[in-house]
Amino acid sequence: MAKASRPRLAVWKFASCDGCQLSLLDCEDELLAVADAIDIAYFMEATRGRISGRYDLSLVEGSITTPHDAERIRDIRRISDVVITIGACATSGGIQALRNFADVREYTSIVYARPDYISTLATSTAIADHIRVEFELRGCPINKRQLLEVVSAYLAGRKPVTPAHSVCVECKLRGTVCVMVAHGTPCLGPVTHAGCGALCPSYNRGCYGCFGPMETPNAPALSQHLAELGMEDRAIARLYSTFNADAEPFREERERHGP
Amino acid sequence: MARKTRTIKVDYLARVEGEGAFKVVVRDGAVQSAELSIFEPPRFFEAFMRGRAFSEAPDITARICGICPVAYQMSSVHAMEDALGITVGGPLRELRRLLYCGEWIESHVLHVYMLHAPDFLGYAGAIDMARDHGEIVKKGLALKKAGNDIVNLVGGREIHPINVRVGGFYRIPGKRELADLGETLKSVRDIAVDTVKLVAGFDFPDRSRDYTFVALRHPDEYPFNEGRVVSNRGLDIRVADYDRHFEEVHVARSTALQSRLHGGSYLVGPLARYSLNFDRLAPAAREAARDAGLGTTCTNPFQSIIVRSVEVLHAIDEALRIIETFEQPDRPSVDVVPRAGIGHAATEAPRGLLYHRYRLEEDGSIAEARIVPPTSQNQPSIEEDLRDYVGGWLDLDDEALQHRCEQTVRNYDPCISCSTHFLKLERIEETSG
Repeated sequence: MAKASRPRLAVWKFASCDGCQLSLLDCEDELLAVADAIDIAYFMEATRGRISGRYDLSLVEGSITTPHDAERIRDIRRISDVVITIGACATSGGIQALRNFADVREYTSIVYARPDYISTLATSTAIADHIRVEFELRGCPINKRQLLEVVSAYLAGRKPVTPAHSVCVECKLRGTVCVMVAHGTPCLGPVTHAGCGALCPSYNRGCYGCFGPMETPNAPALSQHLAELGMEDRAIARLYSTFNADAEPFREERERHGP
Repeated sequence: MARKTRTIKVDYLARVEGEGAFKVVVRDGAVQSAELSIFEPPRFFEAFMRGRAFSEAPDITARICGICPVAYQMSSVHAMEDALGITVGGPLRELRRLLYCGEWIESHVLHVYMLHAPDFLGYAGAIDMARDHGEIVKKGLALKKAGNDIVNLVGGREIHPINVRVGGFYRIPGKRELADLGETLKSVRDIAVDTVKLVAGFDFPDRSRDYTFVALRHPDEYPFNEGRVVSNRGLDIRVADYDRHFEEVHVARSTALQSRLHGGSYLVGPLARYSLNFDRLAPAAREAARDAGLGTTCTNPFQSIIVRSVEVLHAIDEALRIIETFEQPDRPSVDVVPRAGIGHAATEAPRGLLYHRYRLEEDGSIAEARIVPPTSQNQPSIEEDLRDYVGGWLDLDDEALQHRCEQTVRNYDPCISCSTHFLKLERIEETSG
C-alpha cells in the first residue's frame, strides 16, 4: 500500500541537450533509493511509459522554440501539481536563445538546405515565460546534488536550500585563491549564481557563467574591471552571451558592449 | 481475412537521448516504408557559432549533447588546432585519451545497462529491471560511476566538462588524484569483464546486414582522437578530404540532413569501429570478445550491446595504462596564436565518427562551422534495418512487433539531441515579403 501513495514524478524535455535530465541518471549512488521513494512515472530518457493522470512533480528541461512546444508546456502545467524547471535552457532559453538577437530565417538558411521544412519560433524562451513555475533550478548543466535537494524539498513540503549568492562566495567557502586578483584571469564569478561549487576557478580558469546571473548582480562594475584587465568590448559581450544570454542582467550587459 | 494494411507507429521513442519517433507501414505482407523521424527542435549551433572566438568552441559545442560532450570538445579542439597549425602531443594527448575513455565508459554503460539491457530482459526500464535484478543494476551503476569519475577528475564535471581548451587543459590532475582514480578503475574492472559475459548470454535475433562500416583507423591505437577515415569497402582518406566523399542531404519527405558516402548509406559507431579495428583492441578486450562468441567483425546490430561492453573493457584497460605511464607535463597547455585558416577533425564519439570543420578569420573568430554528428550518419542505416527486418517479424502481434522495431532503433543508441539538423518537420506554407 505504501507504494501506491508514492508521489508521481514526470520528466519532460523541450529544446535542450538532455544533459540536465541525465543528471538524474548520474546519481548512481542515489538513483535506486530515489526510485523507491518516488514513482518515476514518466521519464522517456530512462523508461517506456505513457502519459497518464496527474503528476505530483514535473521536472522540465529545455526551452520553448516551436509553436507545438508552446502548446505542450501548457498541457504539462494542467496535469502537474508542482513544476520545477531544470537548467539554463528551461530557466533562460539556453544557448539557443542567441537566435533572439538574430534573424532566425538567416540562421535556418545557414544550417538547412531546405529552410521551408523547418518549423521554429523566432525566439527561444524560458518555461516561466509561458506558464507559472514553482521553482527554477539553475545551471548548464544543473548540479545533481542540488537536483536531489530540490526534489527532496518539494516532496517534503519545504523550501529548497539553493543559495542565490555569487560564485565568489563559493570560492571563499572552498578556499580557492581568486583567479582574477591573483592571476588577472577574467572571471564572471562576481555576477554569477552559485551552485556549481566554484568549479572553474578551482581548475585555474575564470567562471564563464553557466548558472546565469545571481540575485542583484552589479555587472557594469565587473565589466569595467574586465576592461581594465585588457578585454575588448567584443570579448566582454561574448562572455555574457553564452548559456544564459537572454537572462536580463546578462543581456543588458551584453548590449552595453556589443552589437 | 488478415488485415491488409498494418501501421506500426511509435510517437515518442523511449530510452534514446532526445526526441524521436518511427513509423513502419506494411501492406499485403510487404513493408512499404520505414521512417525514423526526429522532432528535436533545431538549435542552430552552426549559425550562432559564426563570429564567436575559436577558443569558445569546446565550451559551446559541448552543449550540443549532454551525453557525449567530451566528443564535441575533442572534435572541436582538434579541428581548431588543425586550423591554427598546432600539435598537442605527449602527456596532454594522453590525458585527452583518458578523458575520452571516461566518456566511452559512462555513455556505453548507460546504454548497456539502463537503456538496452531492459529490451533483452523484458522490462520497461532499468528501474523496473532493478526490482528483479538489483545486483546487476547496482554493478552497472558502479561501472558507470567509474567512467564519470574519470570525466569528473580530468574534465572537472561529468556533464559539460570545464577543463578542456584549445591547446590542452587548464589544470593537470595531480599524481595522487590519478592514482586514486586508478584504484577506482581496478575495483570495477571485474564488473566490465562480467558485463561482456552477461550480455553475451542474451537472446539475439539472427539478423545481419552487409553494412558499409566507416571509422577512424590509427597506426597503433584503437581510435579515439586521431586516424584516417576508412571503410570496409576500400575507403582510406585523410579527415581533411571528408567533404569530397561524404555529403549531407536534406531529405524532402520530412526528416532533414542525412549523410551519404558516395551516394549510399553507411554505418558508424561501435560495430564499425570494432570491425575495422579489432586488431587494435587491448588484449583482454579481444579475449573477452572471442569468449563472447564474436568474430573479428560484427554485422548483427542487436549484438552491438556486446561490442559496447567489449569497448568498455578496452577503455578501462586503456585508462589504466595511461594512468600508470603518465608523466606530469611542464605546462597544462601549449601556446595558441590566432590566425586565418581552415581546420578539420574527426574523433570517435561513443556513437561513432564526429566530424567538425571550421573556417577562421585572422583574429581567430569563426567564419564558418560545420558539424556532422554520428546519428545523422546512421539514420539511413537505421531506416534500412527497419525496412529489412520487419518483413521477417510480421507473424508477431502488434505489441511484440512494435517492441522489436523499437529495439532495432535502440541498437544504435541514437543520440538525437546531437542531431541539431535532422528533424521531423512539418511543412509550412510561407510566402516571403
